[in-house]
Amino acid sequence: MARSFTPKVVTANRLIQGDTVWLTANGYWSSDICEAEFITDAGTAELRMIDTETQAHLVAGAYLADAVMGEKGPKPIHFREDFRTRGPSNYAHGKQAEKVEKNV
Amino acid sequence: MYKYNNFDEDFVKERVSQFREQVSRRIDGSLTEDEFKPLRLMNGLYLQLHAYMLRVAVPYGTLNSAQMDKLAHLADTYDKGYGHFTTRQNIQYNWPKLSDVPDMLSELADVGMHAIQTSGNTIRNVTADHFAGAAADEIADPRPVAELMRQWSTDHPEFQFMPRKFKIAITGSPNDRAVTKAHDIGLRMVLLNGISGYEVIVGGGLGRTPMIGKVITDFLPQADLLPYVEAIISVWNRLGRRDNKYKSRIKITVHEHGIDKFRRLVDARFIEIRPFFSGIDQEILAKIEKQFAAPEFKIADTKGYEAVRLINPAFRSWTDTNLKQHRADGYVIVSISIKKHGATPGDATSDQMRVMADLARTYGHDELRISHEQNVILPHVHKSDLSKLYTVLRTAGLATANIGLASDIIACPGMDYCALATARSIPVAQEIAVRFDELKIEHDIGALKIKISGCINACGHHHVGHIGILGLDRAGVENYQITLGGDHTETAAIGERAGPGFSADEIVPAIERLVLGYMDLRSSPDETFLNAYHRLGVAPFKAILYPQEKANAA
Ligand code: HEM
Ligand code: SF4
Repeated sequence: MARSFTPKVVTANRLIQGDTVWLTANGYWSSDICEAEFITDAGTAELRMIDTETQAHLVAGAYLADAVMGEKGPKPIHFREDFRTRGPSNYAHGKQAEKVEKNV
Repeated sequence: MYKYNNFDEDFVKERVSQFREQVSRRIDGSLTEDEFKPLRLMNGLYLQLHAYMLRVAVPYGTLNSAQMDKLAHLADTYDKGYGHFTTRQNIQYNWPKLSDVPDMLSELADVGMHAIQTSGNTIRNVTADHFAGAAADEIADPRPVAELMRQWSTDHPEFQFMPRKFKIAITGSPNDRAVTKAHDIGLRMVLLNGISGYEVIVGGGLGRTPMIGKVITDFLPQADLLPYVEAIISVWNRLGRRDNKYKSRIKITVHEHGIDKFRRLVDARFIEIRPFFSGIDQEILAKIEKQFAAPEFKIADTKGYEAVRLINPAFRSWTDTNLKQHRADGYVIVSISIKKHGATPGDATSDQMRVMADLARTYGHDELRISHEQNVILPHVHKSDLSKLYTVLRTAGLATANIGLASDIIACPGMDYCALATARSIPVAQEIAVRFDELKIEHDIGALKIKISGCINACGHHHVGHIGILGLDRAGVENYQITLGGDHTETAAIGERAGPGFSADEIVPAIERLVLGYMDLRSSPDETFLNAYHRLGVAPFKAILYPQEKANAA
């Protein structure tokens, strides 16, 4: 029996700006987790992580984060990943304050 | 104040241009992140949750007004208009772009500042008593020695690849404001037959395995300081555990081998290397000391000050909490609280930085200090200038009268910024401060140190808070553990865990209950929280925190 796999998204920080991004199914990095590829098996997860090694000129620190499918797309499970979709709680800085750019 | 000579200046500029090259090679893809990471860390650049973070050293916490103005300029030009002062006497910028960092470092170099050795397994920014050179209780200004150690440790070839980071703190006063017992090496100036030397404390530290430092020698002559410190680090550099990051700090080495064996090894190493210190270090020290000469203190009438104190209660309250005794007649040390109730502890806007720089220029002999308690100090202000100074501070939102009180909280960045965090710390600090302000009981409560960290690394010093709060992740939910009875002074102690943690909703009410409960328990309004804790032990405080358990047990 296959081991149970918690679905994942690939996330990282953009190389120059440092803001959070998620990997989409077409290989772009999006500022919106809803556009991320929802990965449901370990094999794909491993392949995507190998792919990110070719993305060093775009992002830094890629890793897999647990996710669930929501109405608009993947959503984070852990509060840390939830904060990363918004920004800090002490100022309206980061994603919560900026227009989310797509597919950059 | 210390001014860079040509050698220092060239060195810092050279490092900036090396880093500029490294950044451009990272951006064009010729360096991978794994290759680049140690290089950026050597220059104080971290990658956090939402952005990069640049950590800039404020060596021994001392700044002049031009440097403070430059920090404000960087905040406006490359960040979001503010900076965060930390417990390690650094300033952190939370939003720089990778491509801007070389320009930031180059601008800092223009005013003799840098980010070298603010990160990595090196000897970090040497921290000092923030009242150094001004305090009435001081034997001598410890900053010349701190500067000497900075010069000696910067790029020291033997100490670039140590088992782990290494932190040194120094104080020239018997009242320890530099938390020397929680550092890898703590140096406390002491007098022996009228001659000043150092008590050397080794193996203190917070983090995962908190330990109070142990005295390795109770009197070390000044001239032996560098060789002795070098001997300590060299012994640890050899013995320190490189196999396990959690056992690599000197506190574990001292703990595993015992202080007596460690002392013997250090003494042996000291005898080996002492002859190589020919006295040049003492000549350099003498030159450095000249640059730290005290300003020319003025003599003026202080009657006006007393008169304003009588008629203005807000001013009086501020002078009661935010001033400390100065060694010169008519002078005081002013602590500017950057802990306005509800604001982020340690954050100052660029406008506030400029106001503080300006006040230092006008009334403060051009000197500022950053305290490990995340406040800004004007070390030399004459009493006759205080009411004018206070008016300016008020307008800038910098006149909060809460130094040493419940809302003067140390908080690390926690999960609002830090990639290592297990929970947030800033909102907890904000809510506690707002709550005590609403209750209007801060001044009644009296001296109280609340310190909060967002993970076991303990950057917020929670172990040595009278009340410590540690944010953890319990099964995917933020959870806050309380420790009681910690002490950061010369009588340093690690706080004791009170019991099970509290949820994010429960933690602020729990702290309120604890503090109100203490007010009922204290023998008189003069008995501080810590004294009451020492007299009564932990039991009554636990009963206040966990009333349910008490009821169940009954
Ligand atoms: C946000 C980036 C930060 C990172 C990645 C970080 C990382 C760490 C780590 C890993 C430790 C534990 C070291 C050990 O026990 O071996 C530590 C300790 C410490 N850090 Fe930080 N820290 C950060 C921010 C800060 C800030 C903002 C402050 C000041 C407010 C600070 C001050 C300290 C202090 C005082 C300690 C404990 C003393 C000791 O070294 O034992 N750090 N930090
Ligand atoms: S204590 Fe933890 S959460 Fe706080 S700054 Fe240090 S590493 Fe980050």
